Amino acid sequence: MIKTILIDDEPLARELVREYLRDFPQVEVVAECNDGFEGLKAIQQHQPDLLFLDIQMPKINGFEMLELVDKLPQVIFTTAFEEYALRAFEVSAVDYLLKPFSKDRFAKALQKMLERSSGINPDLLDNAAREMPMQQNRVVVKINGKIKIIPVLDIHYLEGADDYVKIITAEGAFLKNKTMTFFEKMLDPQQFIRVHRSYILNVTQITRIDPYEKESYLAILRDGSKVMVSKTGYPKLKEVLGL
Amino acid sequence: MATHLLKEKPFRWTFLIACCVFSAVHGFILHYWLGVDGPNAWMDANIHNILLFIAVAAITQMQAYYRPVRMRYVYVAVLTTVISALWLLLTLVILRAVFPKDAVYLQWLSDTAPVRFALGWLMLMGTGFLSFIMYEMEDQRQALARKDAAEKMAREAELYKLRQQLQPHFLFNSLNSINALVSIRPEEARQMIQQLSDFLRGTLKREDQSWIPLREELQYLQLYLDIEKVRFRHRLTTELVTDPGAGEFSIPPMLLQPAVENAIKFGLYDTTDAISIRIHAWTERDVLFVSVTNPFDTDMPATSRKGTGFGLNSISRRLYLLFARQDLLETKTEGNIFTTLIKVPQQHDKDHFDR
Repeated sequence: MIKTILIDDEPLARELVREYLRDFPQVEVVAECNDGFEGLKAIQQHQPDLLFLDIQMPKINGFEMLELVDKLPQVIFTTAFEEYALRAFEVSAVDYLLKPFSKDRFAKALQKMLERSSGINPDLLDNAAREMPMQQNRVVVKINGKIKIIPVLDIHYLEGADDYVKIITAEGAFLKNKTMTFFEKMLDPQQFIRVHRSYILNVTQITRIDPYEKESYLAILRDGSKVMVSKTGYPKLKEVLGL
Repeated sequence: MATHLLKEKPFRWTFLIACCVFSAVHGFILHYWLGVDGPNAWMDANIHNILLFIAVAAITQMQAYYRPVRMRYVYVAVLTTVISALWLLLTLVILRAVFPKDAVYLQWLSDTAPVRFALGWLMLMGTGFLSFIMYEMEDQRQALARKDAAEKMAREAELYKLRQQLQPHFLFNSLNSINALVSIRPEEARQMIQQLSDFLRGTLKREDQSWIPLREELQYLQLYLDIEKVRFRHRLTTELVTDPGAGEFSIPPMLLQPAVENAIKFGLYDTTDAISIRIHAWTERDVLFVSVTNPFDTDMPATSRKGTGFGLNSISRRLYLLFARQDLLETKTEGNIFTTLIKVPQQHDKDHFDR
């Protein structure tokens, strides 16, 4: 049995997929969800093999949702937005169905899925998520099983560890399973500066910069925290601040 | 209205320096050339020139606020002449009051009155016409800029309309819904095809851009909302309230649409609960008021809500180009309810700017 979940904010769109699936008795729909939040819960609960996923949805979009899934199933995107097709294939989705799609086209997508065994590639998800227009001004994280949307402007600074990044905001610190390079590319370089191997700083949060050891500095933020600025990071900071 | 010339720094400084220079030269000539006594010469120079410059300032000021449409040159000529006469009178009165006993000076003063008048009048006339022309030029420049903006807007509106006609995502999603309905509820599929066709026809028909009654615009928007209702079922309810008489007021076509689209986008696409969109139209004297109310997701960071971009901006720019007023579009947020209020004054040359 292939367990599948349908995630789309339009009930009729889900009904259509359900109907098309009647020709594939080996596929069982274990849940239907209206948005990414519900989707995430259902995925955790059912551990499906396959997702039919819309991209533009309330709260968090399809790509953002996938970012938060621990064990990624296979994914077939269903959307009216042509512009994300490339992204979808970049994350090695099985297929990308452009609404409205025909039964034949749907059957082909399922055929493809059945022939393939590997799921979506999480490393490639970074790219896709970053290119989403909505993505540029927010970061989605999971905390105690809940989803939190952080506007990038609320970020004070980022601290990199081995395979995750700590996001420090006024509301506290959040962890995200991403690299510093990912954030460095995603955030606006006029506001967020990589001042150190392990730190990206929101320049609007700086109150002062003190000399520290030889050739390194300490940036003091409004919330009182101190962030190391390295020899290579300092010129970048100076340039953006116009010093 | 043109900004007052003397509010601009370079003008103000030129003006003040000129006043000092005139006074100095005037006093100098009186004292050293014509042999007028020192105190008399300097007092004369100061009173004469300070009053003269006040008169210049007054004329410039008056012209900034009012220039007649007809007989403009005559107006300037008459205005400057009258002010010249007033200026001379005042100058003479003050100087007489300052030196009441100096008979020689007083005699000389009254002898020079015609010359003073001629000089002052020339000066006032010159600056009067000069500022008149500068204000006219400024007005023309602004009118041109407005016309340019209006033309650019018309082009943009054209593009927008094209995009509107296609509305690819709305269209494709609707077709997808029809695709689903065809087998499960064929009757509804048929109905939706009808609505979609009527809506598309309505979009195509809007070739001529003259104003239409609000009633018509609302019928069109109702179609749009009905289609969204089929797509999102019970989640969407709509309420259209038109106060008596408001339906007959007119409105530029497609003015409301971006506001309703906005409401759908943030109220429906970006939320998960059942929501209600309310459109209310009423009138106050000669102004048509239309408010569009929708809930939105307060969890969404405000930054991601700002991306309304074209929608509301286009309404406010269009209203500005029509009425040269910035206060005709208002938005407010109360709790999780967002309201867009659009005001459309009716006493208006309807084909002027809004092509």
